[in-house]
Amino acid sequence: MEIRDIIKMAIIGLTTHKIRTFLTILGIVIGITAITIVTSLGSSAEGFILGELENFGSNVAFVIPGREGNFGEESILTDSLREKDVEALNNKNNVPDAEMIVPFVFGPTVVAYESEKYHTSLLGASPGNKEVDKLELADGEFINDEDVDQKASVIILGSGVKEDLFGASDAIGEKVKIKERLYRVIGILEPKGQSLFVDYDKVAIVPYTTAQQYILGYDYIQRIVVMAISTEAVPGMVKDIEKTIRDSHNIENPDDDDFHVQTPEDAAKTFSTITDVLTILLGSIAAISLVVGGVGIMNIMLVSVTERTREIGLRKALGAKNGDILAQFLIEAIILTGAGGIMGIISGSLLSYIGTIIIYQFGGIDFPFSSPLSGALLGIGVSTAIGFVFGIYPAHQASKKSPMESLRYE
Amino acid sequence: MALIEVKNLSKIYRDNEIETIALGNINLTVHEGEFVAIVGPSGSGKSTLLQVLGCLDRPTSGEYLIDGKALNSYSDDELALIRNKKMGFVFQAFNLLPRLSVLENVKLPLIYGGIGEPRRTEIAKKMVDLVGLNERSDYKTAKLSGGQKQRVAIARALVNDPKVIFADEPTGNLDSKSGEVILDFLQKLNDEGRTVIIVTHESYVAQSAKRIIKVSDGRIESDEAVKGQRIIRRDGLVK
Repeated sequence: MEIRDIIKMAIIGLTTHKIRTFLTILGIVIGITAITIVTSLGSSAEGFILGELENFGSNVAFVIPGREGNFGEESILTDSLREKDVEALNNKNNVPDAEMIVPFVFGPTVVAYESEKYHTSLLGASPGNKEVDKLELADGEFINDEDVDQKASVIILGSGVKEDLFGASDAIGEKVKIKERLYRVIGILEPKGQSLFVDYDKVAIVPYTTAQQYILGYDYIQRIVVMAISTEAVPGMVKDIEKTIRDSHNIENPDDDDFHVQTPEDAAKTFSTITDVLTILLGSIAAISLVVGGVGIMNIMLVSVTERTREIGLRKALGAKNGDILAQFLIEAIILTGAGGIMGIISGSLLSYIGTIIIYQFGGIDFPFSSPLSGALLGIGVSTAIGFVFGIYPAHQASKKSPMESLRYE
Repeated sequence: MALIEVKNLSKIYRDNEIETIALGNINLTVHEGEFVAIVGPSGSGKSTLLQVLGCLDRPTSGEYLIDGKALNSYSDDELALIRNKKMGFVFQAFNLLPRLSVLENVKLPLIYGGIGEPRRTEIAKKMVDLVGLNERSDYKTAKLSGGQKQRVAIARALVNDPKVIFADEPTGNLDSKSGEVILDFLQKLNDEGRTVIIVTHESYVAQSAKRIIKVSDGRIESDEAVKGQRIIRRDGLVK
């Protein structure tokens, strides 16, 4: 008996009760949908986060105020990082592998030009932010050390801010107002889009010293980015940074630290922990629904075997071997779950795609749709395996029926 | 030459320690080319005998030989092969698969016999032609009349060119006219040298055979040649 014949028979068997067949595989469809979403959105998120972190380069470390926590809520409110820390880090004897020290602050603000107002994120930057954040200027120039020293009233606008306030006309040299103080526009950023933390198109950049004094009204620093001479130097540099700031803060026991140092690698780990939790969660839903679906399939296959007792008897009378009957019912179960798997892959892909669109529309994040190929392969594999596992018992029951008793079955 | 030989064959059913003797000590020889009718009242064991002879069931004890070979130690799959290659079956309830076409139903034994396409279709078509259903070969069998269904069953029984045809009350679900057509077929097959074994409780059907074995309470009561076989010849009805 050829496999083609078995498959044909199985399909005829399954199409006899179309609605029943469909309802039976719903559990599998839902399970495989969940698996597809997990793998597709999971790899989308991972790709997005890794891309964002790559943006910073692998040779940087962030000094963050406050003790290490998951989301640094505490750190934004902590004023432990000061100008003296920046000076200590700038001392080559303390951190020999540091190439650049980039302190910055940030917060929300309103930029006004004539009657137009624009709610934006303010970045109080150092000259090094241009390199660290990989910013390109469409026009004008970035802030320099002199601007920082003099707390100069100069501003660089994101492309979206400029567009909104000035339209097509030239903005360089114009003055915008923040908190009743005028700032001269010295540069416009190239459009860059949403990044992990900031939308650079909607940002306004002033020297961090200016931001501290005139806009935010405090004298502490929210982040210090330290760029190492090489990626290999980062681990050693992190130790140097920790020692330097501990000395600067007169801390002897590391448990008393009022700051922490994070590398993009650490951040990636934090994010992968989050995605791992989500994966486990959705994965469990998938597993439960697949097991429930599998049991449903086994149940309906047992019903089908009983209903088709006479057919089994007849096939045996005509020369079907036990293995032929086993194969027919097993293939039926596998086609059943395989079809459920394919439907699940289709609906999972669709939902993932819709998900990325929703994230883009409402989160403003360019979340790339990731091809669910690995999820599809996994889904096909899992669903056929379920068909096999839950189909083998009913198929075995069918195969060992006696031809005579089966033919007599009413 | 003896096609089927049965020695001291018995079949006992056990259900909750209660023994029912369906067949007891049957001794029987069927030669090639015979047309045998097994008759008896319902519950007499005639159907059980047919099923044991057709390798659909195993005897509880005794010997069963086909073509001189004892089948006692044969596995399920070996018996399936014997049924497939040497035997054809016609049942009272037709036992066609309603969702398959006439042609596909006839092909079934060829599928299990390992005959591939296109030979499978070729042979099956020939058999469908033989029973006069070539114009309906693509019909689903659910749409056929009872007589047509039984003709499909005959085509299916013949498709593997078996030595013996077993027919269990083949006219039982048919009107008398359709029944006669089926009996005519069986007689023609027998004329061509094929062995036919039929179970019936109707004497006019039994009279169409050449030998009648009467079964009662699981035992052979009589075994006699038919004097004056009822010959059905209705040329033109078939083909």
